[in-house]
Amino acid sequence: MAWQQAMGSHAAGGSQAPPAAGGGETQRTQYPYVTGTSVIALKYKDGVIMACDTGASYGSTLRYKSVERIKAVGKHSLIGASGEFSDFQEILRYLDELTLSDHMWDDGNSLGPKEIHSYLTRVMYNRRNKFDPLWNSLVLGGVKKGPKGDEKYLGMVNMIGTHFEENHVATGFGNHLAIPILRAEWREDMTFEEAVKLVEKCLLVLLYRDRSSINKFQIAKITTEGSTIYPPYSLKTYWGFSHFENPAQGAVGSW
Amino acid sequence: MSSIGTGYDLSVTTFSPDGRVFQVEYATKAVDNSGTIVGIKCKDGIVLGVEKLVTSKMMLEGSNRRIHSVHRHSGLAVAGLAADGRQIVSRAKSEAASYEKVYGEPISVKELADRVASYVHLCTLYWWLRPFGCGVILGGYDRDGPQLYMIEPSGVSYKYFGAALGKGRQAAKTEIEKLKLSELTCREGIVEVAKIIYGVHDEAKDKAFELELSWICDESNRQHQKVPNDLLEQAKAAAQAALEEMDAD
Repeated sequence: MAWQQAMGSHAAGGSQAPPAAGGGETQRTQYPYVTGTSVIALKYKDGVIMACDTGASYGSTLRYKSVERIKAVGKHSLIGASGEFSDFQEILRYLDELTLSDHMWDDGNSLGPKEIHSYLTRVMYNRRNKFDPLWNSLVLGGVKKGPKGDEKYLGMVNMIGTHFEENHVATGFGNHLAIPILRAEWREDMTFEEAVKLVEKCLLVLLYRDRSSINKFQIAKITTEGSTIYPPYSLKTYWGFSHFENPAQGAVGSW
Repeated sequence: MSSIGTGYDLSVTTFSPDGRVFQVEYATKAVDNSGTIVGIKCKDGIVLGVEKLVTSKMMLEGSNRRIHSVHRHSGLAVAGLAADGRQIVSRAKSEAASYEKVYGEPISVKELADRVASYVHLCTLYWWLRPFGCGVILGGYDRDGPQLYMIEPSGVSYKYFGAALGKGRQAAKTEIEKLKLSELTCREGIVEVAKIIYGVHDEAKDKAFELELSWICDESNRQHQKVPNDLLEQAKAAAQAALEEMDAD
């Protein structure tokens, strides 16, 4: 038949046809499409503060400019995500299911940040072992009453299931650019105002050096009173530094 | 019990000559012997109340709950066999969850009631199944506001302003009819429901009971929740006071 011949010649002319989906073979996520960039978070005196920009890139195009990448989970936690945005939305659906079944017990108990983080580490690691990872780095922060009073919690999981707890964390580019600043300047007893200042310093560095970041940021905090996600705002930038004037100067390469 | 010995009451798939299904009627008897459950639709939400008969003094307070959450915005009170009720609750939960997975929005109360009723009805259609020995009152809140449904062992479900099942259902219904439900708030409603449950409780036959109350209203964030302890205690006190006043007259 004509269409078969056309198909055949196409296959012969081009490279090998991709494996057909459904015939026992399945296609896994091999690369992300719409991605968000760094999230940074740190513990401060009363709780945890988290921040990121509101951009989402389609490849290297800054395609979406006001998406929320920080969300509240249950009563005691905040989640922030970088990486594939649709996978993050799927993770939010998982968490919604989790908090719903928790709510339905109605036993006066609720999942804290530690439990949510623990759950996410299992989800992320299991998906990686199926060679079908959820393409994200997730930050989980929260405060919950424990046996020793209010317990602050801050942790991270990434797409291969690596997870840890820290006093300050950053994903993506932030891991390289924000962590050194946080290591130098972070203190346990920072006030909210000080924490915002430090976070803004990190965000500004990221804005200058990370091409996927945009100048529209969201800060969120969580304390024993609950979570607050503040509306987006911009930072003041200054591009007049001499190093910015001729960036190619001194750079090795033909361009 | 004209049905006994006739052979028409052995299976749920056999009609009697006058068109009745005795197995379903027996199941209804199981509901009628249970502690009373009450549901009312107030102007701003739903209140569910249960007279949970405590069969043993050694039973832990608060265990064997008869009011269950089915989704964020809906709850279910069970009269009759509690274990059968759990089966219905778990079905209702999975229907609500699967609806939300497919359609991306929470299930409406009507749809949930229809699905649960279909499930209950299903058990009256096959000889290898027995009907559920329990009836349920389903309360919920959706975009059409608060709604109340009652589902019986036969699988019928109707929408109500106020409903009652169990031993004291007749007395409870007459009490509900006296209420001005269109003007009553849930805060007032919990006291009324507590009064009804305490009122219909038969001290002579059943000694101990525990009052279970839940609500879905603006105050509970339109979520189905146990009534907070302080309000529960207030309602209990009001109910007991009303009862003593009645006795004094």
